[in-house]
Parts: sequence; structure tokens; C-alpha cells
Amino acid sequence: MMAAHLKKRVYEEFSKTVVQQHPLEEVPAKKLRLTKPSKSAALHLDLCKATNSTDALQYLLHFARKPVEVESVEGVIRILLEHYYKKETDTSVRLKIASLLGLLSKTQGFTPDCIVDDAISTLNNEKSHQVLAQLLDTLLVIGTQLPDSVAITQRLIEVACKHLSDTYFGVRNKCLQLLGCLGTVDKPLTKDSDATTGLPGTPIRDVQSVISDYFADQDPRVRTAAIKAMLQLHDRGMKIQQTIYNQACKLLNDDYEQVRSAAVQMVWVLSQLYPESIVPIPSSNEEIRLVDDSFGKVSHMVSDGSWVVRVQAAKLLGSMLQVSPHFLEQTLDKKLMSDLRRKRTAHERAKELYASGEFSSGRRWADDAPKERVDTSGVNLIDSGACGAFVHGLEDEMYEVRIAAVEALCSLAQSSVSFATKCLDFLVDMFNDEIEEVRLQSIHALRQISTNITLREDQLDVVLAVLEDSSRDIREALHELLCYTNVSTKECIQLALLELLKNLTKYPSDRNSVWKCLRFLGVRHPTLVLPLVPELLSTHPYFDTPEPDMDDPAYIAVLVLVFNSAKACPTMSALFSDHTFRHYAYLQDSLSHLVPQLRLPGKKLISGLGSEVCGLVSGSVESARLFLQDSLARVSMLQSLEAPGAQDLLDFTIRDLQRLGELQTELAGSADFCATYLRCQLLLTKALQEKLWSMAVPLCLKQNAMASAAVKQILEETYKLEFLYSGLETRQVATIHHVRLQAKALQLVLTARTKRGVDPLISVCEKFIQEVESFQRLFMSELSHFQDSFVEKLLELMPRLVACKPLDLVKILHTTLRQSGFLHLKIPEQIHRASAIIIEPTGESDNPLRFTTGLVVALDIDATLEHVQDHQSTVKVEVLYPDGQAHIIHPKPGDFRHPGPGRVRLITQVYLSHSAWTEPCQLEVRLLLAYSSSTCKLSTPKPAWNESTEGLPQAESSIEGTIPLSKPVKVFIMPKLARR
Amino acid sequence: MPEIKVTPLGAGQDVGRNCILVSIGGKHIMLDCGMHMGYNDDRRFPDFSYITQNGRLTEFLDCVIISHFHLDHCGALPYMSEMVGYDGPIYMTHPTKAICPILLEDFRKITVDKRGETNFFTSQMIKDCMKKVVPINLHQTVQVDDELEIKAYYAGHVLGAAMVQIKVGAESVVYTGDYNMTPDRHLGAAWIDKCRPDILISESTYATTIRDSKRCRERDFLKKVHDAVERGGKVLIPVFALGRAQELCILLETFWERMNLKAPIYFSTGLTEKANHYYKLFITWTNQKIRKTFVQRNMFEFKHIKPFDRSYADNPGPMVVFATPGMLHAGQSLQIFKKWAGSEKNMVIMPGYCVQGTVGHKILNGQRKLELEGRATLEVKLQVEYMSFSAHADAKGIMQLIRMAEPRNILLVHGEAKKMEFLKDKIEQEFNVSCYMPANGETTTVETNPSVPVDISLNLLKREMAVGGPLPDPKKPRTLHGTLIMKDNSLRLVSPDQALKELGLSEHQLRFTCRVQLQDPHSDADTLTRIFTHLKSVLKAYAIQHLPDGTVMVESIVIKVSSTAEEPNVKVILLSWSYQDEELGSFLSTLLKKGLPAGL
Repeated sequence: MMAAHLKKRVYEEFSKTVVQQHPLEEVPAKKLRLTKPSKSAALHLDLCKATNSTDALQYLLHFARKPVEVESVEGVIRILLEHYYKKETDTSVRLKIASLLGLLSKTQGFTPDCIVDDAISTLNNEKSHQVLAQLLDTLLVIGTQLPDSVAITQRLIEVACKHLSDTYFGVRNKCLQLLGCLGTVDKPLTKDSDATTGLPGTPIRDVQSVISDYFADQDPRVRTAAIKAMLQLHDRGMKIQQTIYNQACKLLNDDYEQVRSAAVQMVWVLSQLYPESIVPIPSSNEEIRLVDDSFGKVSHMVSDGSWVVRVQAAKLLGSMLQVSPHFLEQTLDKKLMSDLRRKRTAHERAKELYASGEFSSGRRWADDAPKERVDTSGVNLIDSGACGAFVHGLEDEMYEVRIAAVEALCSLAQSSVSFATKCLDFLVDMFNDEIEEVRLQSIHALRQISTNITLREDQLDVVLAVLEDSSRDIREALHELLCYTNVSTKECIQLALLELLKNLTKYPSDRNSVWKCLRFLGVRHPTLVLPLVPELLSTHPYFDTPEPDMDDPAYIAVLVLVFNSAKACPTMSALFSDHTFRHYAYLQDSLSHLVPQLRLPGKKLISGLGSEVCGLVSGSVESARLFLQDSLARVSMLQSLEAPGAQDLLDFTIRDLQRLGELQTELAGSADFCATYLRCQLLLTKALQEKLWSMAVPLCLKQNAMASAAVKQILEETYKLEFLYSGLETRQVATIHHVRLQAKALQLVLTARTKRGVDPLISVCEKFIQEVESFQRLFMSELSHFQDSFVEKLLELMPRLVACKPLDLVKILHTTLRQSGFLHLKIPEQIHRASAIIIEPTGESDNPLRFTTGLVVALDIDATLEHVQDHQSTVKVEVLYPDGQAHIIHPKPGDFRHPGPGRVRLITQVYLSHSAWTEPCQLEVRLLLAYSSSTCKLSTPKPAWNESTEGLPQAESSIEGTIPLSKPVKVFIMPKLARR
Repeated sequence: MPEIKVTPLGAGQDVGRNCILVSIGGKHIMLDCGMHMGYNDDRRFPDFSYITQNGRLTEFLDCVIISHFHLDHCGALPYMSEMVGYDGPIYMTHPTKAICPILLEDFRKITVDKRGETNFFTSQMIKDCMKKVVPINLHQTVQVDDELEIKAYYAGHVLGAAMVQIKVGAESVVYTGDYNMTPDRHLGAAWIDKCRPDILISESTYATTIRDSKRCRERDFLKKVHDAVERGGKVLIPVFALGRAQELCILLETFWERMNLKAPIYFSTGLTEKANHYYKLFITWTNQKIRKTFVQRNMFEFKHIKPFDRSYADNPGPMVVFATPGMLHAGQSLQIFKKWAGSEKNMVIMPGYCVQGTVGHKILNGQRKLELEGRATLEVKLQVEYMSFSAHADAKGIMQLIRMAEPRNILLVHGEAKKMEFLKDKIEQEFNVSCYMPANGETTTVETNPSVPVDISLNLLKREMAVGGPLPDPKKPRTLHGTLIMKDNSLRLVSPDQALKELGLSEHQLRFTCRVQLQDPHSDADTLTRIFTHLKSVLKAYAIQHLPDGTVMVESIVIKVSSTAEEPNVKVILLSWSYQDEELGSFLSTLLKKGLPAGL
């Protein structure tokens, strides 16, 4: 019966074209549908041909390489099942069929509910454990495809429970996985409890208790699977019962690392679910909070035998923020002992030395000599719980563990000030790690918690020692850290300044970073700097001292420190000598980002303009924001740009906005964005002006050229608007796309006017209509905001547009363009313009970079990027040779560093090469932002079946391009001929 | 009961002369064969006459295992193998095999050439001895003979140091040698799996010490060196050729690299150069960082550290010199010390322990005027610093290893008796296992309870599985009926029928019968029915049948009811069961003795 049905289906699908005639009257037209040669048919033939199992397996393997269309999936599955039922004795073929069933069920658009019955019935007849496991896997796939069908889920769970007692670990594994993925959240496991109560020995049990039974399975793999299933339940939002806790804790001592690893996670999950519940301490009458207990247990795992578990434990510790401070501080505790005498740790000694006023460390042997005798019964050698967890973690052999420990330390310290102070010494110690990554991570960690703490002088000393590190990343991270550091005494400031100046002489390229660092030091500690000023500026009460060299970076560094602290400390300027004021004026001009505006007595040395600017800057950001809103509101009064004076207003507003962006850096992004948008509108209006279009075609060549230039510019600007700014909402993106659509319409109209003949127009028109459709698709939700706009009118006319001739279309477009109103912009809350500055090369060098032709020379590039999204894939380096050749280089992902939030640093090398020149010449280097319109902010779904995308059409014809991101920098090079 | 015997010939409640005899499962193994640094007489070598008074040791020992190349672990090896006589296998790791002869040769030179001792082993003997060495790899299980197998684990401490697991059948012993649980700049931390040995023989040098984090020590060391060099001073670091020297070299090398320092670092030549060569070769034995970066650059190929020449000591400007020996008692380090002692700018850093009587010990104790030979005095103006870089596990480390291995007994060696006492108490208290600390020549006997493997017939197992549910519960023991056949040195568990068949015996049935008297007014048939319903309610999981011939069958147990005509109310219940159902049968008899419940 079934076979006959199958055969019929196969023959149906054999015929290549199916002419479907609908006798019903609603659909009068005949439709011709083309179908590809069906895969199922081919498979059926192949499997029929297969004489032995090896052949069949080969066919199946071959078959699995290509995707199957949605329509024929069911057919294919039927054929596979038939083969499975009837002929197959070989387990490997059955296994492959089972796996194919799973794979096919994943096909998009196919609902696998129809094959559930078959899959379950095959399961019941199957003898091979491997195939059973695979079939359960298939069921798992089916189950996940049909999350809403309660009945099917229930059946699958029953099947899983039935097979849980299988002797093969793989089957049990899959059953547990299935339970984990599908186990219902709210209901007890057995469907109708009335029916089951009658049977003895099968009490009603929920998924969790069923799974937790397998925590004690004899096979470690099954134990792992059981815990993972439980974690899966948790991920699906099921509340894990607290009873699991004890079982999970037992598993922490398992012999197998994968079990321990999963158990650590389980314990952690429970600690997050029931932090406050009370658990008893075994072998005593005391009770503690669950989160504390689990914290102790996870801490214990930091000294596990397997490093994978250690990493996991260390990571998880960082997220257990509810733990009591008492337990938290234990993690840093390590009682030292020597010959049974209590010994103080080096940290304690340093603190004491510091407190006693003597700084240099002891020079005697055994100055760490143990003092009091330890009561032997009181020494606990085995750490109970959390004791010393981080001490262990930070000393671990594997750097992965150390990094995890540093990260955990950092996140715990951020939530607890007292812990932050305690862990300071340990973090500072990590500055001396052998792996640079760990050193860097610990510097970053210290930076993140440094708002909570104040460094002591001896600690600062250790920190500053790292300034001599030869790695640039380390030094810059440290500068960054110093920017946020609080220090306690004026000696600290002096020490820091001294070390920074030393750093400056040793690594002159750190100039900017050092200056910036001193600026923040000055801002943070004005009162500490004040007593140092005479010494720093080497002024003398009676004698005039020689005027320092203004170009000396070290002197500038000192001045930056002084001026910045002078801002909060008005009395300081009294200590300045005359040349200091002059230097101030100079630096204020040349390094305005480092030197603040000061109110100097008498203002005698500051020009009038300076104070004016000063007043404006000191005005809050709020007033600037108000100004921005006012300007935009004024523009939004305009109904049409045709109105007299409207364009002038626009012109002024654009100018105002640009100026505002320059003055108020916080609003630069928004202001630029608005200005650019308005400019686009202005250009569009100008291009559409009445008199231009009323002229006869041959007369207006010049105007045409102007208009097409405007179109080109608008298109360019829209891409900039879309990709250069971050923080855009869908509404703004839609507005930008709308302008682009208008520009394209204008382009079409222009093409129609200049080109003779209709043929080239057809394709252009089709493309335009496609774009309108895709606009509608992408911004369906936003269409309500587009009232009375170009696109709304177009969409109204859409049925007409599709049908009409190209020339008519052009006419419609033209009128719509001119009639449509001016679409107002809503400024988004946070908007930032991506920007980049190339720090190196500086472009100042007069010495050409000489190299032999045919070989390459590496040019170091150092640039900072701000507000660039997805920088690893979008930022490129362009090298422009004087002969017009341009090379675009993709930096490696590892070349991007992250010194702080929102900022990215690109440090890379580009390779230059050229044929011989007679003279040295300059080439230009700049950064580009690559974009492609298909990857626009709204993502498109990816094809799911297998990995192949062959045969699928591209979603949209994508336009790729680049936007210059930074100013070009000139590099002097000289390729020479190789000497023979 | 089988037992394992451990007898230390050296290192029992003592440091030095490591040599431990282990007898396990009829095998005799010698662990380490070292010399004592403190003695120059017969006491320096272990007393091999303990094993046999005369003749060679070969027939008394199955193998010798050397944990690492330090002389207190391998110094007596040529003496034992060539002069006392041993021809069996000697196991050691590859680096130990490479470095050990260099140190032995050096030791021989000092004793014979310098001190002029005779009756000592010769160079040829060292070579012959090394020919008997079988190298082993980490985690490689080496089958010494059919029953004895050994396996090496990483121990840290020095290059090539290993812990060994010795296994005979189900019994096993782990010997740690010297080990270090905290990684350092060139070696990783010791690691062992949960092998649950019967005895863990652990060193206990630092039984009463818990050390500070190594990072503080490193930082202090680097800061001191850096400060002295910046002041333009010269730094002398007296070291022994192997072990700490390499660690300090790496530490300084990386620091110089990181900080871009230019002052020269020198390493006194000779032994150390050869040793560095081996460190370069055995990169897999070092720590994670060195292993990972050696493709770009082998960390032991020092960029900043150059060989030292005698004339450099007078060069102006700052420098750092590593010189041997470590306690400033002789040789190059003392010569350099004398030259530099006069300047306050200079510094000497003692990276380890100094024996009493050496110059090192004196200056560490603050002596500022030293008397030299020839009545000259030397004023010590340079700074003296002490930094402890030791590669032994501290008390915490030892506890950590015990936790990792989970042994059933612990035996401490290589430490001072008093300190061991403390650790012993702690171990017994924390782990609740017995801990021993035998003195030299004292034998510790540990009884073991090894599991005896028995072959079970597959049929029996399958039948058992079919009866008692699908999966065995690992947490609960389960009984099954079978017959144990001990034949030809093998143990087999088979079903009784098969055993009978194999042994050619006929089966005897054993049946128990029992009478129980009950007062019951009903008729016999009714009583039986009542018993039937009663049992049905009590024994739910059993098959209970009421047969038409007037009997009730519970599994294979027959129950009949009869009564005499005179006393119809006294029922005699006859129970009969086979030996196999003894348990159920006796349960039923006691149950029925209690009488039937009234409610029926």
C-alpha cells in the first residue's frame, strides 16, 4: 500500500514540468511552474540500484553533499524510511539514514511533524545501540524544530525516558540531551497522572529528578550528559530545584575532569538561583548561606588537578558577587609559616615598613625571620573552602588560569571596595608575570578598580617600575592606568613624574601618551601638586633661573601637569614666572587638548578672543544641545524647500551646526550628522529647481551635468551617513535610505533625459522598482513616519509603476519628486561619528625610506579609531603611490587593541614596494572604512541547509565602497635599483 | 594478608643519601641511590649490606629507579652497580640520564683528584653504570617484567625530575622523589592523577613551612638587581651549576629583555654551559611559557647572558655575574667576591641556603670582617642580600599532592624528624589515613587489601542481568549465586550447573522443611486460602500461586496445610524450600509463626 503510494509520488516528481490547471474560477490565468529534477527521484533510483550496503552507503554519502529543496524533503524521507524498513541489514547504512533524517528535518520551511511517528516506530524496532543513539539525535532535531507542539514533545520525552535504561552510554547520553532540550518546564513528566497512579513502581516524577538519577551513573560520559541536560533546562528557563545542590557538590570530587567541569557550572548556577538559602556545614551544627558554601566549593576547584576545571572555576568565581565579604577576603588569605613559626607575608612587611616610615627593604638576612610560635593544632594546612583560592590561581602554571583569576579578581573588586584594597597587592604582583598577556590583563584590571582605591607609595613604586617595559602595549596600558589612579602623597606625584620623564627619554615615541597621563594626574591631584610647583618649574625666590627650552618634551610634560592642576587651584599661578605665562599661551594654542583654559590674574597675557572662547566652552553642554534642537526646530518649520528664504535658512543652519560640532565635542556626532543630512536635502532641492527642468533638453547640458554631480554627491553622503555614524536607530536609517532613493530617482530621470532610446532604460527602471520594494520590506515598521513623503507616494502608485512603460515611469517619478515634501530628521539620542587619526607615520620626516626595488619595506602604522563599529572587518589601510596606484591592505584582527571603552588602536605594518624611482617621492597613507550595502544594519537570514549556498540568489545586488576615515599622511620613500 | 614493606636505607628522618627499598607483591625495588653531602666517610653511601652481606645485589633487586639527577639521589649509583655489583635495569628519565653522568664525573673529580681518595669509582665505572640505564618517558607505562610496571609523572623540582608509580597487580606505591607544587620560571608544577596508591612515599623537606607567593620573591630579586645596576654597581650571584641557576638566568634574561637594559650579565663557564645545552634540548620538560615560545626562540639561548672570563671582573661599569659555587666557600665565586667586596655600590645576592662555616653563611649573619688565609682580613662593604629560591613543595604543596593522589597510606622521607612529626599529625588529622616516618633501616609494613580479579562466565552475568533489572547500580553491592573454581592458578566464577559439569560431580538437592502450628478454626482449604491472601498482601513482588492440588507456591517454596481429626483447630502448616531459597523460606516461616491477621 505504502510502496504503491511512494512509487506514484516518485513518478509524479519525475516529470520535469508540471502544468497545473486550476479549474476554479478565482484564478483565471494558467500558471506555469518549473521544477527542478527532483532529488528524491534520483535517490530512489540510486538506492534501488545499490546491490550491497557499501554501495548504498556511498550513494547516501554522495546524496548528503547537496541540499534538498523544501518541496521534496518529505518524499526523500519516505524513500529513506522505506529503505530502512525493508532492505537494510547493515548498521552503518541505517546509521547514515538516521543521521540524514535529522539533517533533512532541519531544512527550512519543512515541518517535520509528519515523520515523528515513523522515527519513533523505527526506534522501537532497532537493535543496534549506535543507530538507536542516532535516531534519538534525529528525534532531538525534530523536537527542537517543533517547540510549540506539546503533544509531540510529550511523546518524545516518553521515548527518551523509556530508553534511559539502555546499556549503551551513547543512547543514555542522547536521551538525557533530549530531556534537557525538551523537558517541559511546568508539568510533571508523565502526561496524565491519573492513569499512572494505578501502576505500582512508577511514581510521577518530573524531568529534573529523572535526570538527576543519572548524576550517579557508572559512565562518566553519562554523568556529564546528565549535568549538561540539567544546565540546558536551566538555560531554557526552568527553575532547578535546590535538592540538586548536594548531588552536584558530590560530583565536584568526581574522577573525571569533564564531570567536574560540568559540576562546577551546575554548582554555580544553583548558587545564583538560591544565594540566600541556608545549608548546613557537614560535621558541625553551623549553617551558612548557600552562595557562601558554593563559593567555597568553587574556590576549592581552583586547585584542581585539571587546568580546564581550574580555568572554569576561576572564571565563575568572578561572577559570584553575592558572596559575603568574610568569605571573599579569605580567597586572598595565606598564612605563612616557617619552621612552625608564623611569618608575615611580604605584603604585610611592605605595609609595615611603609607605616614605620622606613621605605627601603631590609638588608639583613632573614629580616623576614619568623616571630611568634604557631600553635600546631591551630594550623590548618588544607584550605577549607575559599582560603587562598586566588593565591593559588594567580600562581598557577597555566597562564589561562592566571588570566581567568585576574579577571575574576577584577570583577569581584569592582563590587567591593574593601576587597579591592586587599587584592591590590596581588594585582600589582601580577605586573611581573612572565606572559605579557597576563601582565596586560592585570594592568587593565587595576585600571578598572582604581576608582575605588588609593595607591601607597611602595605600591606605586612597583607599578611605575613597569614603565620601563619594552612592550608598547604594556606602557600604554600603564599610562591609561595612571590616568585613573589616586595617590596619597606629594612624593607619589614626584615619583610618578620622575618615572614618566624617564620613560619619555627612553621611549620618545610615548610622548603623547605620557603627556595625557600627566594631564589627568594634574587634574586629579591639584593639592598634591601645589607644594611641588617651585621645584617642578625650578623657580627661585631671589634669582632668575634660565628659561627652559620650550621644545623639550620633558618640560612640556611638567607644564602639562602644572597647568592642569592649576585649573582647580587658583593660587598656583602666583608661583609662575613670566616665561611660564608665555609658555602657557603657546601651549594653550598648540596643545589645546592637553592644556586647559586658566583664569590667570589680570588676563594680561591672554588675548580677548581667548577669554571669549573660554566663556563659551565653560557653558554647559546643555546649552549647546538646546541650540542644536532650536536650529533643527527652525528647519522643521519649513514645509517645502521651494519657499523663498528656505534655502538660505538651510545654508545658515548647516553652517551653524558645523561650527557647533567644532566647539562642542560631545555633540560633534549629532551636529555633523544633521548638517550632512540637511546638505543632502539642499542639494536635492537645488537639483530639482524649476527653471532647470523647464528648458528644452538640448539646452540644458550644463545643468544636467550639475544635477548629476549633485546626485553623485548625495549618494556618497548617504553612504557616509549610514556607515560612518554609530548609534543610529532604524528610523534614521530609513530616512537615509529615503534620501538615497530620491537621489536614485533623480538619477533615473536624468538618464532618461540624456540617453536616447528606451532599451537601456528598462533594466534601470526594473532595478529602481526592486529597490523601492526592498525599502518597503526593510522598513515596514517605519513607514508610518513617512507621511506625505516621496516613498509613500511611490508606494501608492506602485501597481501603476509596475505595469507602465519606462518613460511613463520617469514622468511619474519626476512629478513625485518635485511634489514630495521635505522629510524632517529626528536626531537620535547618542550618535557618534567614526573617526581615525594616524599618529604614526607623522608625515614630518625628511629622510626618505630607502629600499631596494622588488623587495618590500615595512611601514609601521599607528592610529587611533573612535566609534568605529565592527572595526576588524571594516577598517582598511590605503596606500596611494604617486603614480596613482592604490593598494588597500586589510589589517589582521590581532592588530587592533582596545585601550579603553569606545576606542580602538590600530598598530600594524603595511608592506610597500615599487619599481625604481630616480627621486624620492611621497606616497599617501590613509585609513578607509569599507562598507557594503548588503550588510546594512538589518541582517538578512542565512541559509541553513548544510553549508552550501550554491544556487541561492544573492539577496540584493550589493554596492561596496569605501569612505575615507582619516586624513592622509605623507610618507617619503625612495625605491632604489638593486646593485649588481 | 598481602603486605608492602618499605625500608629507607637513607633519607629516613634525614635529608640526603636517598635510598629506599620497597617490597611489593614479591618484587624488590630500590628507589634512588644517593649520597650524603655531609659526610666524607662510609656514611656518605647507603649501607647496601642491609640487602645482602656478600655478593652482588642483582638477584635481590628487580629494578632501581632514579627520580632525578641531584647527587643526593643518584650519587651512589656507580658505587652500587659497579663496586657492590648490580646488573639489573636502572630506570631514569631522559634528561636525568643525560645530566647525571656529568655530575657524577664532577663529584668523582673533586673526591679523587682534589681530595686524593682512593678506592672510589672511576670514570669507566660511571660509563658502565650508565649503560645499564633504561630511559623512560613521562606517563609511559614500562613493564619491568610480567607483573611489575612503573610509570613516571612530572615532578617539577629540576629538569627531568619525576615521580614514579610502581605497580604490581592491584597494589601500588608512588614515590615522589623531590617535587615542587608551584611552577617557576623554567619548570612547571608537579602533577599526578587520582591513582589511589597503597602508599605514597613523599619527601618532606619543608614539612613545617608555608611559603609566600613566588612573585614577591621574584619581584624583590629583580628590583634589587635592577637598583644596584642602575647605581652602577656590580652584582654577584653565587649559584650551583644546575637548577636554580637556570631559573635565575631566565628571570634576569626576560627582565633585561622587558626593560631594555644594557648592562652585561655573565655566567661562569664550565659545567653550566654543558648543562644549559641540555636544558635547550629537553624543552618539553620545561614550563608552559618556554614550551610555547621555543619555536620563535629557545629561552635557554640567552641573548643577554654571556660566558664569563676571569678578566671581566675588573671591567668598569655595572655587571651581573653568576658564579659557582653557591655558598662562596671556594672557586670562582669567592675570587670575584674578594675583588668586589670593598665597594659599597656592589651587591651579592645569595639565592639559597648556606652551610655553617662557609663565607656565605658568615656574611649572611652580618659579619663585616672576614679572615682569609694568610692572616689577611677582608672588609665587606658591599650589600648582602638573601633570596630564597627553593624548589621543594612546602607543607601546603605536600597536602595538595596527597589530595591529588588520594593514597591509602603515606610515608614521609627526606626531612627532619621533628618537622615530619608535625606534618604526620596534620596528615592523619586531615585525611584520616595512616602516616609513617621510618628511620633509616627501620621497616614499615603496610597491609593491603588488594582486590582479586576473578573471571566470571558471560552466561552467568547475562542471566544475572536479565533477573535483576537492566543496569547495575554502582553504589550498591549486589549478590549473585555462583560457584568459584580455583584451578591452575586462576579464579573463575561460573554457574553451579556448569561447575558441576566441569568437575564431573552430580548435584545434590538440599531441602528444608518446617512445620508451623497455627490455631485456626476454619477448614484446611479455607486456611490455605487465607494464607494465600495474606502472603499476597505481604509479598507483593513475588510470584504466588494457589495450585489446585491444595498447595500454595511462593516461588519455589511449597506450603501445605493439614490438621488432625482430634484437633481440627490446630493447623499444621508444612513449609518446604530448597537451599537456594533459604532466605525467603526462613522469612516465611517466621511470618507464619506470628499467625494470620484477624482481619482476613
